[in-house]
Amino acid sequence: MSAAIELDNVCCDFDKFRAVDHVNVSIQPGEFFSFLGPSGCGKTTILRMISGFIEPTEGVIRIGGKDMKGQRANQRPTALIFQNLALFPLMPIWENIAFGLEVRGVDKAKRRARAEELLALVDLHDSADKMVSQLSGGQKQRVAIARALAVEPSVMLLDEPLSALDLKLRQHMRAELRAIQKRTGVTFIYITHDQGEALAMSDRVGVMSQGKLQQVANPRDIYNSPVNGFVASFVGENNILSGAVKNKSSGIASFNTAIGEFKARLGADASGKSAKLYIRPEHMTLSNKPGKENSVAVTVSDVSFEGNFIAVQAKTENGTQLVAELRNDGSATVPSTGAKMHMTFDALRSSILPDTQSAGA
Amino acid sequence: MQDLLRRYGTNLTYMCIALTFFWLVILVLLPNFTMLESSFRPYLAKVDEGGPLDFYSLGNYGKILGNNVDTSLFGMSFQLPVRVKVFLLTIFYSAVVTVITFVLAYPLAYYLAKIASPKSLPTLFLLLFVPLWVSEILRSFAWWIILAFKGPLNALLMSLGIIDNEIRWIAGFSPVIIGLVYTYVLFMVFPLYNAMQSLDSNQIEAAEDLGSPWWRTHWRVILPHAKPGIASGAVMVFMLSAGSLLVPSLLGSTTSGWFTQTIQEIMLGSQDWNAGAAFAFMLLLACTLFVSVMMRVFGVKLSDIAK
Repeated sequence: MSAAIELDNVCCDFDKFRAVDHVNVSIQPGEFFSFLGPSGCGKTTILRMISGFIEPTEGVIRIGGKDMKGQRANQRPTALIFQNLALFPLMPIWENIAFGLEVRGVDKAKRRARAEELLALVDLHDSADKMVSQLSGGQKQRVAIARALAVEPSVMLLDEPLSALDLKLRQHMRAELRAIQKRTGVTFIYITHDQGEALAMSDRVGVMSQGKLQQVANPRDIYNSPVNGFVASFVGENNILSGAVKNKSSGIASFNTAIGEFKARLGADASGKSAKLYIRPEHMTLSNKPGKENSVAVTVSDVSFEGNFIAVQAKTENGTQLVAELRNDGSATVPSTGAKMHMTFDALRSSILPDTQSAGA
Repeated sequence: MQDLLRRYGTNLTYMCIALTFFWLVILVLLPNFTMLESSFRPYLAKVDEGGPLDFYSLGNYGKILGNNVDTSLFGMSFQLPVRVKVFLLTIFYSAVVTVITFVLAYPLAYYLAKIASPKSLPTLFLLLFVPLWVSEILRSFAWWIILAFKGPLNALLMSLGIIDNEIRWIAGFSPVIIGLVYTYVLFMVFPLYNAMQSLDSNQIEAAEDLGSPWWRTHWRVILPHAKPGIASGAVMVFMLSAGSLLVPSLLGSTTSGWFTQTIQEIMLGSQDWNAGAAFAFMLLLACTLFVSVMMRVFGVKLSDIAK
């Protein structure tokens, strides 16, 4: 039912432009894997190569251990859900869903029965004879999923399928997609530029930039231990401080900045001079007294109440902007603008990373 | 109306309305009504016009009957008035021309709409349009030369060893069909191209991704989407073919009568404009009927074609 996918040194060139640059990744059977990256990073090209619409310029793609070279899209065990869904507007819903079965020569009564079954699976009873234009965005989404599931693919490929939906529906469909994936056990490869989607749904996430795979890890490691500045700043917010690594001991290094010397975790390859210090706003604490270490005196310049958290903008003596996000647990005191306070962070929750910010631009 | 006034001002709005009125009433409705009216009046000497002999009747329409000729269809032989036979053959061969243009235009339109790179499109369109720079008469003459008994086509086929003796191409309806297809094929290509271009390419890919071979993708996804384009192309080619006079006159053989030629003979040869008007009106009516029936059969609405 589900198959492993291996991308072995895969490259893809469009004329002289290298869209995908030596990507190596091995996706397990039944895994929910996301490619996360800004637009133009090559993630859709990867998806189209796996589904068979583009041949890689170099490298090998294996599905279930089998080299897919020369196999066209209609011969591969994959099903693609398009960004705009690409439902067939001139066919009723059930024919849309049963199209893959029609192609395989299944007779009409069986096709109809299977379509009804899949409609029940995606919670769309009584819609079999409706036309695509009569459905809402979320319903169309489910029809697209049902249509892809009908051909019993080993691998399901999803190209930002939720981007056209509104926020509430998007969050609902996230859970739904995850549940369908668990229920069917099919390998899901999900493409998105929305870090929230990638983190919330995936078993593992591959962060991409400029055709290169920057990091592959589970969502928690992507967020908590990014390998470079691009991953850190594409996934989540950061306070970024420039400076120089001073000395390193047991993974914790001293980092000299314009607003003082801080201790932080030293990322791999970060000893070069272009390293920067990354601290998540929610890892900053705000207090009246300075902390033991990694503390800096600030003046609160702006407070914005966001509901579930409070964003505090503050300036240090030399004018460096820092942001802290305080969780609104009901008892949090909202600091007032102009208050003189101290911002402190934990050395283990901040990283010195090579600055590949430009890679994501 | 209010919107038009606000957008274009009084003068321009009234000018637009006046021009539309002029085109519709003076150029379209008035001549047709004149034709319709005169088709019911007898062909009289000038002095008798308005006299006791000048009354409305269906006499002119009856002139299509008479002069029976032997006809055979599906092995059955029967007598048919010669003009009725020409009339029916014109409708039939116009339909044949329409089908052939569709078969030729479909792959071409698909190539232009979905396969050709956007960069090469202007060149390809230019190549399609170049023949239109030459007048229809010259193009028909060109085909008359190509198809001649000692002409280039026979010479080419014989030098390639495909045929041993010259073929008499200008016989029966084939040269007329060739000429009409050549003249009107673009009227099929462009509506088809427009319809196919509006199809989301993702739908073609989605069908392929679901395992569909190319022919099923065409049959289930592309062809149904292109149906309004096919309909409007077919209506144009059919109407133009049935109403064509030049091509059947130039490329016709002794055995290929086209109904427009009959109308021309009566109007210019017999000088009987009233009977000619009646015949022309019958052709218009038959074509409209034929097109309406075909549209009903293929489930296309008039509003789809207007798109």
